[in-house]
Amino acid sequence: MNFFLSLSKRIDQFSGWVGRWVAWLVLASVLISAGNAISRKAFDLSSNAFLEIQWYLFAGVFLLASGYTLMRQEHVKIDVISGRFSKRTQIWIDIVGTCVFLFPFVFMIIKLSMPLVIDAYVKHEMSSNAGGLIRWPVFALLPLGMLVLGIQGISELIKRIAFLQGLIPDPTKKQGSRTPEEELAEFLLQKEVAAREAALIGARK
Amino acid sequence: MTAFLLANMAPIMFGSLIVFLLFGYSVTFSLAACGLFFGLVGIELGVINPAFLQALPLRMFGIMQNDTLLAIPFFTFMGLILERSGMAEDLLDTIGQLFGPIRGGLGYAVILVGAMLAATTGVVAASVISMGLISLPIMLRYGYDRRVASGVIAASGTLAQIIPPSLVLIVLADQLGRSVGDLYKGAFIPGFVLTGLYIVYVVVLSFLQPQTVPALPAAARTIREDNGTAGLRSLCVLFVLSVLAAVGFAKSRPDSVPLDELIVTSMCVGVGVAFAASLVNKLGKLGLLSRMAERVTFVLIPPLALIFLVLGTIFLGIATPTEGGAMGATGALVMALARRRIDLKLIRQAMDSTMKLSSFVLFILIGATVFSLAFQGIDGPKWVEHLLTGLPGGQLGFLIVVNILVFVLAFFLDFFELAFILIPLIGPVAEKLGIDMIWFGVLLAVNMQTSFMHPPFGFALFYLRSVAPHEDYTDKVTKLPIKKVTIEQIYWGAVPFVLIQILMVGLIIAFPVLVTGGLTKEATIDGNKVLLQLQADDQRQKAAAEAATAPGADASAASATRPGASAPSEGSEQESESNDESMKALMDSVKKDEPKKP
Repeated sequence: MNFFLSLSKRIDQFSGWVGRWVAWLVLASVLISAGNAISRKAFDLSSNAFLEIQWYLFAGVFLLASGYTLMRQEHVKIDVISGRFSKRTQIWIDIVGTCVFLFPFVFMIIKLSMPLVIDAYVKHEMSSNAGGLIRWPVFALLPLGMLVLGIQGISELIKRIAFLQGLIPDPTKKQGSRTPEEELAEFLLQKEVAAREAALIGARK
Repeated sequence: MTAFLLANMAPIMFGSLIVFLLFGYSVTFSLAACGLFFGLVGIELGVINPAFLQALPLRMFGIMQNDTLLAIPFFTFMGLILERSGMAEDLLDTIGQLFGPIRGGLGYAVILVGAMLAATTGVVAASVISMGLISLPIMLRYGYDRRVASGVIAASGTLAQIIPPSLVLIVLADQLGRSVGDLYKGAFIPGFVLTGLYIVYVVVLSFLQPQTVPALPAAARTIREDNGTAGLRSLCVLFVLSVLAAVGFAKSRPDSVPLDELIVTSMCVGVGVAFAASLVNKLGKLGLLSRMAERVTFVLIPPLALIFLVLGTIFLGIATPTEGGAMGATGALVMALARRRIDLKLIRQAMDSTMKLSSFVLFILIGATVFSLAFQGIDGPKWVEHLLTGLPGGQLGFLIVVNILVFVLAFFLDFFELAFILIPLIGPVAEKLGIDMIWFGVLLAVNMQTSFMHPPFGFALFYLRSVAPHEDYTDKVTKLPIKKVTIEQIYWGAVPFVLIQILMVGLIIAFPVLVTGGLTKEATIDGNKVLLQLQADDQRQKAAAEAATAPGADASAASATRPGASAPSEGSEQESESNDESMKALMDSVKKDEPKKP
């Protein structure tokens, strides 16, 4: 089990690393899209390559981040019923779900999409728009994203089994990090609310 | 057994979906698993064409190419940057001081600021948290009823979901196969009517139960003239001047200018006049304007500039909604950097949250696509259509049932799930009944807005609960003890606003002109974009034609009809057509490029 736990740790590190880098694509696509809109209007300058690179980047964001998102427990669940069960039952639901729902899905999509990716690569398929981009890298994102998701699924499975054996603390607790909302509230309390109250108290004196 | 299965495949599959979802594993993978399972069973039984499997990755490539959905990360990122920029807090502070000393004033301030933030961004969390932290303590300090205070804040936060630019409308436009711009135009008037209804509610309260919405003492204003007056007179003068400038400009334009363009440009003129006056006053130290007038003007400029950058450019046809989102995000980033409110760590956080949200939303869509493809394969949409068109009362009966369904489901599901699972099922039926799809989309958006206010899962209530005082505390300014806000108070506070929401749904059904009135003449469209678009359309048409003429082509497998059975129903055809457009183009490009490339 120790081997598996260290494997799971490695996978988590890997997903975290992917997530940190892929996040920059968000900023890149925002800037490219805004730049493209402005340059088209202001200088009458635009290219299909710029239009296409936006969705290439976006596809990269949501597909490659799928493993990271799984690790952070952000894929929403409907817990109207399961929320009433004990922790162990919920973990069992996760284990069954990962094996029966997640893995077959990942496997099927990889299996179905690979021929298309290889085909596009062999034929050097290009976008049919004038000045468009080569297609296989973006097609390859789909099986790649599924692969990342599947690998993270293995790690999640290991963590849940280890929890059932009492080896690690609850893996479904969002570890260490607070939600973005909590962070925002903290930020505002420190910076904004304090300043305003100070001003108000000052004005009273 | 098999015969029974065959005859009732659609209801069985739909029932299984509910079981799969309630099982409590991630929605995405439950949807996908349900679709795959029934797809494989269908193939085994000979109900579904085996090409169903081949269509799956193509559909997913189609999702990746979807330009509309690209707006989701853009608007999310913009909202996350804005919430750190201090804009909301400045607005709440200033507008709160402006209206505070009249009865119900803080309520009006919260609603107006909520509407203004809603027109800037499409994210609920930010405005609710800001208002919960800035306005709620002030309301409690001066004795507002807790239910009213928390209800007003939660409801105003959810305005972000109906006033453009909103994520709900983007997703609905995509699912209904309509343009985001049209849906934005259609949602504009309902959004403001709804804001008006909230205000009316507070007005009524201030007369019937004045003790629940007391006026603030004049001393609560810190923005004052040196002689102690509030300086409202010069604000009024400035306001009248800018309105006159705007109206004058609007009158001077020729009649041929479209209404939305007219509104956007003349508002710019009015705001510009106010801004110029304040700037001259401040730089020249003229002292003609009061501090309040100056503050209000300066505080209103950033949101109005952003609104112009996003909605203005969309309505004027300068940018697509997706690009509008990107420009808004860039604008928010520039503004936050200029005010030195943001650093690398915060940008990273915003990117991280945007990435996670995009990933989970798009994966729900992927899962839903697997499901709906298999569901189409077994002729499920036909079953749904029979179910819904068989309702008594025709269109109205359908609308009532659908709205009740959405309202009830909104208690359990958030709107992404609703939009991706439910809309593909009911959209085609609505179209077949001759319902205007833009109007239908706006109607659903208003209805789904309640899903943010439903106790106990509504996000707005959840966010408010997380920032409302959990314990009794002593107010720092008045030094008086103040009781905590309980969960029950927050829940009960939301109820009147949920009722207002239902009223609004009724109003839209009764007066469709609320939506269709916003859809004016053709907006001007950028020539270059049109060219690109035309090229794309041309290819799509070719692709569609090719797919139609070649019955053996893989593309036609997308509709995956029963071999030998009658042609698919029109509803499913239309639905699959809008979804498959990009896929067909893709297939086409695969085929066309073959001979070209060595």
